[in-house]
Amino acid sequence: MAFMLGLGAYRTSNGPVLNADLPLSMSEMSWQLTDHRKRAVRSADWIGRSTMVFFGFTWCPDVCPTTLSDISGWLEELGPDADRLNIALISVDPDRDTPDVLAEYVANFDPRIAGLTGTPSQIAQAAEDFRVSYRKVPRDGDDYTMDHTAGVFLFYPDGRFASIIDFHEDRRFAVPKIRRALS
Amino acid sequence: MKHLLLAATLSLTASAAFACETVTVGDLSVEHGWSKVTIGAGRPGVFYVSISNAGATDDALVGISTPAAGMPMLHETVLKDGVASMPHAMSIPVLAGQSVQLSPGGYHGMLMGLTAALKEGDSFPVTLSFEKAGEVTVNVEVLSVRAEGPDCADAEQ
Repeated sequence: MAFMLGLGAYRTSNGPVLNADLPLSMSEMSWQLTDHRKRAVRSADWIGRSTMVFFGFTWCPDVCPTTLSDISGWLEELGPDADRLNIALISVDPDRDTPDVLAEYVANFDPRIAGLTGTPSQIAQAAEDFRVSYRKVPRDGDDYTMDHTAGVFLFYPDGRFASIIDFHEDRRFAVPKIRRALS
Repeated sequence: MKHLLLAATLSLTASAAFACETVTVGDLSVEHGWSKVTIGAGRPGVFYVSISNAGATDDALVGISTPAAGMPMLHETVLKDGVASMPHAMSIPVLAGQSVQLSPGGYHGMLMGLTAALKEGDSFPVTLSFEKAGEVTVNVEVLSVRAEGPDCADAEQ
């Protein structure tokens, strides 16, 4: 038994997960969510195209609209190449962000950006696959806000994780990162 | 007639450039007050502004009030280990001889309990309370949800 445990630890420390903080490859993920058109989307559906995804919520007044505006600007700069991307906001606030709420919200930004939500356990699975953290923070009364990982994740067409565009990262660095993920 | 025309021209330019007005209180100048369109009145609005202190004494922004929202508060977007949180800012320092921006991704006013959805082109007053200089009211212009700031000829950033 001790031997088995030891072997387990060995396999974990030398297994395919090289850095526990980085997102899995899309092919290793197992999430399933619902998009703002109420269609089911699974991690496997995103393999074959490059992917740009970030986590947020529509009640977020500062970080999320800023990120969506940044993404809309990057897409304009990329031009037709941007059509080769899966692009999504995954909500960390499933209680408020229904598909209908997301549809109304994403309509304010580039139409290529999808909004994804799901049950709390589906969101938890997606967050685990992407190694994202989020937390509900109560405010006065029954109001609350969400803390959440703010970077934009990029994946190659074969589903491998490519890079993260950090919040506040200069557009001069963001667009070349996206181009690399497209290649 | 000439005066009427002039008045009409002035009111047009004023409404298009509320955010570009500068108001002063003591040694403080406050300008570029702007906000973003909200989807409905249920979500919080946001308030951004530039403040500069030409004096020799440090001051601090300690609160905001507006008829547009029941519970306006000062917040700061903080990134720690890649995770964004938005703690309440009790006071935003406006140091002597320096300026501070309430801008996307940093300090901002959070307008909770909006009385109505904010629509592009709307404007509303926000009163800023400073620890030493007292109160001053600016007109805030509501820009599109994708705006990065008001388009003022004198915008320094």
